Amino acid sequence: MRSERWFMAAACAAGLFLSSQAVQAQGEVEVLHWWTSGGEAAAVGELKQSYEAEGGTWIDSPIAGGGGDAAMTALRARVVSGNPPAAVQLKGPGIQEWADQGALASVEDVAGENSWDEHLPEVLAGIMKFEGEYVAAPVNIHRVDWLWANPEVLARVDAEMPTTWEEFNAVADKLQAEGITPLAHGGQPWQDATLFEVLVLGIGGPDFYRSALVDLNEEALESQTMVDVFDQLRKLRGYVDPNFSGRDWNLATAMVMNGEAGFQIMGDWAKGEFLAAGKVPGKDFLCAAAPGNGFLLNSDSIAFFNVRDGDQQEGQKVLASLIMSPDFQESFNLAKGSIPARTDVALDAFDECAQRSRADLEAAIEADALLPSMAHEMAVPRTVRGEFMDVVTNFFNSDMSSQDAVETLSSAIERAQL
Amino acid sequence: MSGATDGIVRASGAGSRFLRILLFALLILFALYYLLPFFVMLATSLKTLDEIRTGSLISLPSSLNLQPWVEAWSGACVGVRCDGLQPYFWNSVLIAIPGVAISTFLGAIAGYALTKWRFRGANIIFALMLFGAFIPFQVVLLPMARTLGFLGIAGTLAGLILVHVVYGLAFTTLFFRNFFVSVPDALVHAAKLDGAGFFAIFFRILVPMAIPTFGITVIWQFTQIWNDFLFGVAFTVGDSNPVTVALNNVVNTSTGVKQYNVDMAAAIIAALPTLLVYVVAGRYFLRGLAAGAVKG
Amino acid sequence: MSSVEGSVKPRAAGWRLERWLPQLVVSPIFALSLFFVYGFIAWTVYISFTKSRMLPVYEFIGLAQYERLWATPRWHVALENLFVFGGLFIFGCLLIGLLLAIFLDQRIRAEGVLRTIYLYPMALSFIVTGTAWKWILNPGLGIEKLVRDMGFPNFTFDWLVNPEMAIYTVVIAGIWQSSGYVMALFLAGLRSVDDDILKAAAIDGAGPIRTYAGIILPMLGPVLLSAVIILTHLAVKSFDLIIALTGGGPGYATDVPATFMYAYAFQRSELGMAAASAVMMLATILAIMVPYLYSELREKDR
Repeated sequence: MRSERWFMAAACAAGLFLSSQAVQAQGEVEVLHWWTSGGEAAAVGELKQSYEAEGGTWIDSPIAGGGGDAAMTALRARVVSGNPPAAVQLKGPGIQEWADQGALASVEDVAGENSWDEHLPEVLAGIMKFEGEYVAAPVNIHRVDWLWANPEVLARVDAEMPTTWEEFNAVADKLQAEGITPLAHGGQPWQDATLFEVLVLGIGGPDFYRSALVDLNEEALESQTMVDVFDQLRKLRGYVDPNFSGRDWNLATAMVMNGEAGFQIMGDWAKGEFLAAGKVPGKDFLCAAAPGNGFLLNSDSIAFFNVRDGDQQEGQKVLASLIMSPDFQESFNLAKGSIPARTDVALDAFDECAQRSRADLEAAIEADALLPSMAHEMAVPRTVRGEFMDVVTNFFNSDMSSQDAVETLSSAIERAQL
Repeated sequence: MSGATDGIVRASGAGSRFLRILLFALLILFALYYLLPFFVMLATSLKTLDEIRTGSLISLPSSLNLQPWVEAWSGACVGVRCDGLQPYFWNSVLIAIPGVAISTFLGAIAGYALTKWRFRGANIIFALMLFGAFIPFQVVLLPMARTLGFLGIAGTLAGLILVHVVYGLAFTTLFFRNFFVSVPDALVHAAKLDGAGFFAIFFRILVPMAIPTFGITVIWQFTQIWNDFLFGVAFTVGDSNPVTVALNNVVNTSTGVKQYNVDMAAAIIAALPTLLVYVVAGRYFLRGLAAGAVKG
Repeated sequence: MSSVEGSVKPRAAGWRLERWLPQLVVSPIFALSLFFVYGFIAWTVYISFTKSRMLPVYEFIGLAQYERLWATPRWHVALENLFVFGGLFIFGCLLIGLLLAIFLDQRIRAEGVLRTIYLYPMALSFIVTGTAWKWILNPGLGIEKLVRDMGFPNFTFDWLVNPEMAIYTVVIAGIWQSSGYVMALFLAGLRSVDDDILKAAAIDGAGPIRTYAGIILPMLGPVLLSAVIILTHLAVKSFDLIIALTGGGPGYATDVPATFMYAYAFQRSELGMAAASAVMMLATILAIMVPYLYSELREKDR
């Protein structure tokens, strides 16, 4: 059926793409992903090249948009039609959900051979495994709780990088008095949720974060600390310019770059944006952990789906070992702005923000403060994440009181877990 | 010089002259409203990135910069391929042509059989088919995927064409039924008495009469199929994606610098065929609507 | 126009096949509809009674999904938006479409060009025009900035980012896309009104307003029906429009049932609840369409 399909596609588009469709002995792999732009596409290009260098055939299925929403829709249609792609960009509890449905294939033999367990942070390894066996391979580690700033703008109000939320508020007030937008932000639910979770960690601390956003403990969700989080979120809302609604995150980053705004709270993919504009870390822009103790983990990974075709199964194995190879981890992450998922890859080629990220990661692992990001689908299933985002984004875009928000949140989370 | 040929607001006297100028001004004003988005797209596609960042939204480009168009057509990257929209454009052509042809033909036959050979239950069948036009496409994605998988055409162009035909039928049948209802039954009756059969009457008598209706149905279906994104993204794989999916991939960069001029050029390129159809075949559109419009 | 009475009489008994041919031809086409529309609706209804999450499961759990659906505030917002958007969109398209059609019917110079301009948005999907619309409506980039730069510093047009008003920007863009089509429908209707009737009215000394209101518009009933059917269809299925323009935001202020359903089915893995919302949506359409179709088709049977 596979070759038939390819025959169809090839025949239909005759003359347009003459690349050979012949299945090679080294295996074939179709990769469904949404790394379609700039640095990301370059990063996937690396993977493709290394894969083809092993003699395999790479079939690219990129579907951009909505943080993978469109791709997930397509994936579901593909699985239901009994024709899943061999490898899919998939993350967090989504991996467990698909594995639960029996849709994923184990790559445990590859993982065992290359002792993945030893090279990955435990939290991350746990996410990649289903019933003790690896069903996915991580390509990177993103940190979510970063605070980005424009040093020139800070200098104008004689401010340093804040280390507590009180300090942040003080600096922001000064910026606002100067007519500078204190916080660059884009009003999209996932960005609102990013602010929220950074505050949960920053104000409540790692244990509170785990209890509220990972274990969904009702007491934590209804606690005074959560009310404080919403109060600070309301404050942040006041630091945002009026045109934030629907703005893409990279445009918010540009505001910091141009000096229109002082800060941005965003994961380290924002760094890629600064670097692409030729900015130098430490000089043109500053990176620091957002106030708080801990490390919010976001990681992209490739999950392997059950395919019947032997060539494809072979291809999956080759791909799995390639993804986890130190060379690939380095080149991919240099292109993407994140750090390698493997903690044994040296960061000599990386910039100071990345090195800082690694140091904080190790410290967080030590202190048991490495936490999966809720906003980035690492902590809870999409169902629950969706409810969080609804409440947070609704709070951010209305004049709801913090007390009401906490109550709405608690009942929404309860409903989602039915 | 009857009212009908001059329009009903007749041109006579100074007051009426003023009225006509006012009328024209109003029409122009509306035209500006309709043209604005397209103007913004076109102007942006011809500017350089610097000009976009600094200039106003509706300012004209200072010089014609065709680079974004070239890049959108054959250079922009979709995933790891940097061939622009070009290959996907042809995919859309390969999907749209059979999709339009089959659904139009079936709609014509169905509309004809339901009106000119009114058998028992014809109206109910029509009503049921028409309701199909209202089913939200998001609902059918999963059962459709299952069905396509079962038929062994999941992920093929053939599968996507089937989907478009099935969900186009309600509208094509509606258009043809509305036209054929207005064709005097006497014509068909006479032909039957002469011994002409079902297909003979259809092809020799009704098809030639229904050319404007074919026009509007083809325009409608072509627009629907060409502009479809949801089915395209769910039921095709990588290289066989239609142009809308590729456009979405080009425009929706999740990271990286947004090349607005390339985005806009790509958007216009993706829309060119439907635009062309509307501009060139627009008059048939009106005639097709007129045929059977008032008779409903 | 005129309808010939009497049924079809086959000339000879050997025409059996010919006699059944219409049914034979229609039945496979109808079967396609039956399976792909009604079969799938039945499937959706069934799924709405199950606890399906990521993929369909067939374990029956009664009305639980409906209870959850109605307990979700976002669903109420979506539903309310559908009525606000649908009502304004349909009314606006009809009004503007009719006005433009009447204006264009006055033997206007350059009618062909104007008609094409009014009609072309129908050719474009919002995947294509969404970004341009977003810019135009964005206070910092589009109309607001433009008017302020022209010397009106207090001018405000921030509907896109105002949760209370955002749904109206969706209406503006929706009307932009579809009113030209309604214009064409009405214009076609106006053009097929018999000239003799207009002459008679002119001889009677009827003014333009009386001629339109009293004579022509009542004749456009069927056109109105087609327009309403098509507009309802567009309103209920509005999806690209919302996604491209506001993404359902700010917050979820511009969510409509179609985007709600999509979000729950595919982003949230709440297939059962999404199916329940789809069923509610279909029921709404049914409630609107059945009386229309009934009256329309019954008239034909007279």
